[in-house]
This record gives sequence, structure tokens and C-alpha cells, in this order.
Amino acid sequence: MNTSPRVALFVTCLVDLFRPSVGFAAVKLLEQAGCRVEVPEAQTCCGQPAFNSGDRATATEMARRAVALLEPYDHVVVPSGSCAGMLRVHYPELLGEDPEWAGRARAVAERCHELVSFLADVMKVEGVEAALEGRVTYHDSCSGLRELKIRHQPRRLLETVEGLELVEMDDSEVCCGFGGTFCVKYPEISTRMVDDKVAAIDRSGAATVLAGDLGCLMNMAGRLKRLGSAVEVRHVAEVLAGELDAPSIGESGSREA
Amino acid sequence: MQPTSHAFKQNAHEALENPVLQEALGGIRTGWQAARGRAAGALPEFEQLRDTGRDIKNHVLAHLDLYLEAFTAKVEEAGGKVHWARDAAEARTIVLELCREADARTVTKSKSMIAEEIGLNPWLEANDVKPVETDLGEYIIQLAGQPPSHLVGPAVHMTKDEVSDLFHKHHGGERLEEGGALVGEARRVLRQRYLEADVGITGANFLVAETGSIITVTNEGNAELTQGLPRTHICIASIEKIVPTMEDAFTLLRLLARSATGQEFSAYTTVMTGPKREEDLDGPREFHLVLLDNGRSKMVGSAFQEMLRCIRCGACMNHCPVYLAAGGHAYGWVYVGPMGSVLTPQFVGIEEAHPLPNASTFCGRCEEVCPVRIPLPKLMRHWREEQFNRQLNPPAARYGLALWGFVARRPRLYRLATGMAVGAMRLLGGRQGRMRRLPLAGGWTGTRDMPAPQGPTFMQAWKKRRGAGS
Amino acid sequence: MSAARDAILARLRQAIGRTGEEQAKAVETVRARLDNPRPNLVPAHTRLDREGRVALFCEKALAVSAEVERLARLTDAPAAVSAFLRRHDLPQKMVMAPEPMLDLAEWEQQPLLRVRRGTAAPDDAVGLTVAVAGIAETGTLMLASSREQPTLLAFLPETVIALLQAEDIDGAYEDSWQRLREGLGRPPRSVNLVTGPSRTGDVGQKIELGAHGPRRLLVLVVEEAFGEAGDAPR
Repeated sequence: MNTSPRVALFVTCLVDLFRPSVGFAAVKLLEQAGCRVEVPEAQTCCGQPAFNSGDRATATEMARRAVALLEPYDHVVVPSGSCAGMLRVHYPELLGEDPEWAGRARAVAERCHELVSFLADVMKVEGVEAALEGRVTYHDSCSGLRELKIRHQPRRLLETVEGLELVEMDDSEVCCGFGGTFCVKYPEISTRMVDDKVAAIDRSGAATVLAGDLGCLMNMAGRLKRLGSAVEVRHVAEVLAGELDAPSIGESGSREA
Repeated sequence: MQPTSHAFKQNAHEALENPVLQEALGGIRTGWQAARGRAAGALPEFEQLRDTGRDIKNHVLAHLDLYLEAFTAKVEEAGGKVHWARDAAEARTIVLELCREADARTVTKSKSMIAEEIGLNPWLEANDVKPVETDLGEYIIQLAGQPPSHLVGPAVHMTKDEVSDLFHKHHGGERLEEGGALVGEARRVLRQRYLEADVGITGANFLVAETGSIITVTNEGNAELTQGLPRTHICIASIEKIVPTMEDAFTLLRLLARSATGQEFSAYTTVMTGPKREEDLDGPREFHLVLLDNGRSKMVGSAFQEMLRCIRCGACMNHCPVYLAAGGHAYGWVYVGPMGSVLTPQFVGIEEAHPLPNASTFCGRCEEVCPVRIPLPKLMRHWREEQFNRQLNPPAARYGLALWGFVARRPRLYRLATGMAVGAMRLLGGRQGRMRRLPLAGGWTGTRDMPAPQGPTFMQAWKKRRGAGS
Repeated sequence: MSAARDAILARLRQAIGRTGEEQAKAVETVRARLDNPRPNLVPAHTRLDREGRVALFCEKALAVSAEVERLARLTDAPAAVSAFLRRHDLPQKMVMAPEPMLDLAEWEQQPLLRVRRGTAAPDDAVGLTVAVAGIAETGTLMLASSREQPTLLAFLPETVIALLQAEDIDGAYEDSWQRLREGLGRPPRSVNLVTGPSRTGDVGQKIELGAHGPRRLLVLVVEEAFGEAGDAPR
């Protein structure tokens, strides 16, 4: 009899499209923690773009699909605070008035977790087998921090990475300016916000910046690389899993440039 | 005022290009924002008080009709007169008539957002009554001919140098440089205005149903001189300012100053009940209360009811990265920052104010610091829903969203589309690991590179790996 | 009643939408709350003994730029006031509330100090008033208007002196308000909660004192109750 929990990995659009290595790092971490990982094939997007654009009908329909898809699992794990927040906080809101779906949405929401907080809080993982030499700083992405209260979990696990020196940047809990469609609707304000973030990263003296959300990471990496910065940008899961073969976000494999 | 909320993006552009404004906005981070954190941290019961504050306001809103009746009866019992106003025009007319009855040439005013909301100053001026703002920040922007840029510090966008120039221009004499001297000069000028005024107009932070009292909170002491020196005191307040008892007021007062400026308590909290009594040695002979609805009764029972809990502390804007970049004037009307993004569309219409609910990353800091726990991002999202349902967003965004929704609801099509998108992007810039330009993504690539996809999608790679492994 | 009033209340009632039964319950809920006001959560650190309250009051008042002096008895006040005025290079002249109890201070001890009784006029530089309570929580004075206590006295002059009996220092706002409520029934026309001198941050976000109200605030905390030493009980 297998007592290890059966976990659905909800991989998220951005990881699926841009950075599969985050998905594989998540699988590795979950398996190391003793989970049986499955990737439900019919998953698409959590529906957040529709939800935040005011298209409640589409968001609701996508929420129903995701709930139906994910309810057979013991846990649903998402390598993103933002998408996990959508499933955990907003699905019950969206489906709360629907007698058929309200209970189902709540049940899935309760079993849904962001990756790092799942490892720390549910699987009680206290340390990882990984190494990264150098100074690292961690950006608290907004949804993870405020909707899911993720703050200490990634820092505690990062402290166990061999050779890693964790330094705090100023205002680590201030938004990087991504905000989904915000960054293209209001590029000037978004750029100002990411510039503030880049300045805070620079002042921290870190060689690497980590976060738990690919949206924020692509925004920070995009600005850092445009400004010619050498700071490396990675998803926290890659470091915790020791999966550092892939070039950091926005860098190519060959380092000749 | 004529709203310019529709031009938020252009307004914000100008604000970002204005280094003087940026310097002033930077002061909010190190000032009020930091002070609020210290003050909240120093009071162990602060988070519980926020719950209590929210509950008091919810209780009032659920019984607002009854509390208004109880409150107004007490005002009248204390010798005050109550005037109900359905909208801004009605309120302006009432105030003007009261000024005329008092034969008023000049009126002093203590800071009132309701007066800004109903456009009282231009109306009085057009009718030969001269309003003089006495809150120093309001006085500064009145001289400058500008609207407020912040709930608590209406002139927070101006630096000391700008105030020096402004005072020099309007007061004459030598140009004063030092902050204390500027404050002293305003004190001298305004002292005379207090003594000349025939009517004093104040707002109210709270209306106490138990006693029929109004409560004002200031740091300068200007509300007390505004209402205490002239013969007639007019208070204009909106209907949701009611609290049941003084005890409820004290709970909210514990939250107000800490959330606003990080003070434990403002310098002056004054509880006024009716006009001067026979035995009193000073105070106004007449007390008039103008109770304004202006759309609030329509918010009761609506998706926006929670906004009526707002106690106007300004914490949401002090912590909003969008406000701190764009400044208050970018929002284009009286109410600014996150609370303004929810309220302004109520007053000027979502057609005019369409950018405001979208001018947020939903980072959630506003909700995190709101003393009465208003879910501001949720309320902004409600406006986005209204825009979507009424098809008010730009066609390109609508079609894009519709196309995405169509694909995202069809897993197989979605797999196909994501696979193709990855392929296309890798063609455009995969080798460098990033793209400097990307069709249809100028908003991103104008200032940022776009990281390129690593290779096949996760789902493709996963299928391959599992296929090989099992 | 006015059409506006009726319209606003009607719209509210419609929005709230109570049934007949709910209406009766709501009326009762509101009446009970108004007839029997009770403190909500009061911060625990305000629950102190008398000396603790006085100490906290003084600490908090000092922290908001008030000056605080503790006196043994009311008759120590004239010398303290006179010294304070000298320290700040102010003339020995003030306007004082017509509160009869203040006569017990024996102002004639300071023959150079000229005292006028009444409310403040625009050219009065120094005012002296009596606080009905002190609130330790934030170093706040509670002033209440009455036939003996004009309100403007605490706002028009640039320098304000307030006398406060140590026994009138409460822990929290609610405590002082409850005493006022029990003593008077309905509140006086004006109750001013004063926490330090007037201030503003409106010029360049830097705090300056004395925006409209007083630039200086001296609180004299008197140990012995005002009536006790003299022969005219309050």
C-alpha cells in the first residue's frame, strides 16, 4: 500500500511556455519530499487573466474545469504564488454562489498550495540537498506574500543550500511592477516600479535574485538584462532542487556574449 | 472639478518626468509609510482593532437609516439644524443659502474632502462669497489653484521651495526659505482671516449618533478656530460618517492617526455638540449640519458597499507603488490612490474614470494596511467587470482576451497554440536567451527584454520524459 | 420633513431591505447600543495604577513636544508658570479661565504676573486653562467647555498652559469619556482632546510646531487634588 500523497502539479502557463526547468525542479522537490507527482494533461490556465480583466464568466468556467480536473488528488501544487492564490483564494469566491460547485471549489482550494510553502508547511521539509555559491536575495511576490502568507518558508529552505548567503534587499515586499496585463497597459509606471526593484537588488550586493513567480522573474530579468546587469535571475525552485544547468532567466546557454 | 481621470496615462507620464514631484513623493515612503509601520507595530492590539473598526462600520451600514434618524434627532435636541442633501448641487445650494442668511462675505474652511467632492469653493466664489482654506496644505493648493493630491496632505506634491515661491508671490515681502518661517507667515495671514470670517465651514471625521456630536481631527488646530470664532458654523459631512457611540469613535480614532501619519493620536480631536449654549463663553451662535448622500445610499447593498467603511486615512495611497510613482493629480479627480480608483468612478462615471481601476498591479498593499480592511483590489476588480460587461475596454484588449479564453478552455488547442508560440518565440530570439523586440509586445519590450522560452513546452517535455521513462 | 431626507432614508431602507420582523429587531439593536454604550477593545497597556498612569501620561506628552512639570500642590503653580514664561522670554502676562478653583492657587505670590480672567482675545499671547482629564494612553488632555472654561483659550494664544490634577489622569479615552458622561449627562458643547502643541507637516513634509494653535504647551500635573489644600472646596 502506498501512503505517499498523490500530488497534481499545476504547472502554470508561464512555466509551461517559458521555463519548463521550473516544472522539472518542482517535480524533483516533490518527489524528494515523498510525493507521487502527476501532471494532469488537460490543465491549461488558472483563469487569472480573465478574472483580473473583468471577464468573470470565462474565469468562472475555467475555475469549474480546473476544480473538476484537480479534485481527485490529495494535493495540488503550483510553482507560483499568484496562480496558487487564484486557486486557493479566488476559486471559492468565484464559485461561492453556485450550490453545485461551491463546496467542490472549497475542497480543492484547501488542498491547493504554492510549491515552497507546501514543502515547508505540509511536507515538513526542513532542508534541501543543493548548493549554490554566492550572495542571493529573495523577492516576495505579492500574491504569495499577501494572499498565501509566504515569507519565511523560502528563506528557511534557502538557508540550507550549501554555500548560499541570503541577503535581504530593501523593500523586498514591494511589487516589482509586473501585475499581469498592467505591465503592458502602463509600461511607464511598471518600468519605474521595476527600476526601483532593480536598484534595491543592486544595493543588496546579491549576484542572484530569486522569487517564486515566473511573471515577476521575467519582469525583473527583462529589465536587468536590458540594463546590461550581470545579476542572475532564477525561480527559487531551481535553486532548492539544485537544478542549475539551465541558463538563468534571459540568458543563453552559451556565455560568449 | 472637471475630471481628467480619462487621461491618467498621460498625467502619469508627466508626473514621472517631473523630478520635483518625484522628490516629494519619495518623502512619503520614508515619512508616513515608515511611520505607519512603526505605529502599528508598537500597539499589540492593532490588528484586532482593525477587525473591530471593520465591524463597527459594517454594523452602521446595516443600520444606517436608523442611526441617521437617531443622530439627527440628537443634533436638533442640542440646538443644531440638519439639512439633507441628495446630491452635490443640493448641498452647494444649502451652504450658499446659509452663507447668505449670515450675510457672509468671507468664510473660513477647515479641510473637508466633501467640500472638494461637491466643488464648494468655485461655487461660493462665483456667488460672491470668498472661501479661505485654513488647513495649511489646503491653503497652499488654494493659492496655487490646484486640487488636492492626497487625502491627508493635500499639498504633499509640493516641495518647500515651491511653497516659498508661492508665498512670496501671494504674500509679498521677502522670500522666506525656512519651513518654520513659512508656517509662521501663514499663521499670521490666516489669523486675520479667522477673525474676519462670518461663517466657518468644517467637515467631520465622525458623526456620533449617541450624542449628536461631530468629531474633527486635525494637527494644526484650524478646525477649532474655524468653527469657534465666526457666528455660524456649518459642518458638511456624508451619511456614512456615522458611528454609534463615543466608544466606537475612540476605536476608530486609535486606527486613524496611526494609519494616516503614524502618530499615535493627532494633536486635536474635537467633539462638538450643537451651538454655543447660554452659559458658554465662546462658540458659534448657530450650528448647521449638511448631510450629503451624493450616491452613497446607492452603494449600500451594492458590490461597493465595503468602500463606505473608508475613514479617509490615506494609508492605501501611502503604500501604493502606482500612487507613489504617478502622484495624486494623475488620478484626475478629488479622490486619489487606490481608494480613489474605487470611488472616483462612482462620482464621475466609469466611462470618464476607466483607467483608474486598471491602474493597479493588484499587489494588495492597500488592503494590507487599510485600517478597516476594505478589500480594495476586489472592488477595483468589480469595476473591471463592469467595464468588461459594458464593453468599455479597448477592442484590441477585448478580442485578445476572447481569443485567449477560447483557446484556454480547449486543452488540446491550447497545447497546440502554446507549442507554436514557443516555436515562434525561439525563432525570434531563442539563441540570445532573450528578445529585444517582440511583435504586439511593445509595452513590454520598450524598456525590458523578453526572456526567450527554453525549448519545448513543459507539457511536451514531460510527455516525452514520461513516455521514455515508463 | 424635507423631501431630501425622505428620499435618502427611503433609498437606504430599500437597499437594506429588512422584513417587518427584522425591522423590529434592528430598531431594538440600535436602541440598545445607543442607550448602553460600552467600550470595545481597550489596549491592555493602559490598565495601570495611579502612579503608572501619571508616569505614562508624562512620557507620552513629552514625546509629542509638550512640556510637563509635576507639582506637589496647586499653590506651586504660580511660581512654575512665572519661571516657564521667563524661560521662554515671554512677558509675565496671561489670560486665565474664570474657573473659581484657580483662585486657590494664590496668584498674588507672583506680583509681577498679570492675570486676566475670561476667554482669549486675538492678542493674548499666553492662556491658562484647566483640563478635566488627562489620558495616559497618548498623553492627551481633555478640555471641556463650560461657564468657567472657554474653548478658545486653548487655541488662540501661542502659548498654552494646562493644569491637570494627577487624580484626573485616566488610562484610556473611554475612561475619561465615561467620567464626563456620568458627571454631565450630555456632553458639553466642545470637548477638545489635545495631544501636544499644534503642528503641521504641510510644508515639505517636515513637522513644524504652531501652525494655527499654540506653538508651546505646558502641562502642570498637580499631585494634590485642587480643593484639598485650600479652604474653598470645589
